Amino acid sequence: MMRRALRSGAGGIALVLLAACAATPPATVVLLPGQNGKTGAVVVSDGRTETVLDTPYASARAGGGEPIERRTTSAPEVKKQFGVTLDALPPRPIKYMLYFLSGTDQFTTETKKEVQQILAELAQRPAAEVVVIGHTDRVGGKLRNDQLSLQRARRVKIMLIPLGIPEESIVTAGRGEREPIVPTADNVDEPKNRRVEINVR
Amino acid sequence: MRLLSVTFLAFAALLAAPIVSAADIGQVKVTSGAVHIERGAERLPVTVGARVRVSDTVVTGGDGSVGITFTDNTLLSAGPNSALVLERYVFDSTTHAGKFDARLNRGSLAIVSGKIAKQSPDAMVVKTPSSLLGVRGTEFLVKVESTE
Repeated sequence: MMRRALRSGAGGIALVLLAACAATPPATVVLLPGQNGKTGAVVVSDGRTETVLDTPYASARAGGGEPIERRTTSAPEVKKQFGVTLDALPPRPIKYMLYFLSGTDQFTTETKKEVQQILAELAQRPAAEVVVIGHTDRVGGKLRNDQLSLQRARRVKIMLIPLGIPEESIVTAGRGEREPIVPTADNVDEPKNRRVEINVR
Repeated sequence: MRLLSVTFLAFAALLAAPIVSAADIGQVKVTSGAVHIERGAERLPVTVGARVRVSDTVVTGGDGSVGITFTDNTLLSAGPNSALVLERYVFDSTTHAGKFDARLNRGSLAIVSGKIAKQSPDAMVVKTPSSLLGVRGTEFLVKVESTE
């Protein structure tokens, strides 16, 4: 191919392009199994061809003036090649649920037992960014439930500040009775809907 | 004249809008060894809690690594001797629509994609010197071979 390019008179340009191509450092991509058992996909393109990686540990190397090369790697090989990089991944975002007694911002007995463990976990997270969203069931008026949901969220926020999470990293909101876990008719007492969701990034 | 200045102000506000959205797009959660961010002519030190912005270049030294969580819950880490440019990042927290383009000039990356890639299969692209990677909601690794 190079010889033909030289003969065609455009050889100089072709040589420069080839040189540029060869100088481009190749890159390798490895697809990992997803955490929930679902493996996604990555489409790898080198500008000429493309290949789809969609099975765990499928790998593709592109560049260096060569066609895309596919192979399957393994967990130990990945650990050897990418261990330091993988160790630096931030903790996964997580969601906690706290439940409340009817019409109050007081935790249920069950939540009271769990809350210290949840707070301990939150305190461990680096530079936590937290969204606290309060909810109610449909007992009582809409306006009152808006207030109560916000009151529940604020109650939880107050517990987070002593953990060392700065106030500006905690967003609170009250959604009232708008987003039930279990949809009900009006004025139905539903413990699953009287909750605060803590989303941590 | 007054009408003109009102129009001008509205226009100026429109122009100013991207500056607001171009603010913090993620936060450093993990850091080890030599890591810094190049932002324009500035070279910023990186500690846990540092915020990253569009157009930042994240640079790690031979002993460095860094982990960043983005506002769409994308998790990203860079290993030693890496240079990563956050070329483009737009995320609507209501619709989850967005665009995320990153360029790995050298070194290695681990990515757990977030809401942007989940919403649209073409929304997240990682570029290397020799390839383009279209991210279809997934966990993956990238390494650019050292030229030395």
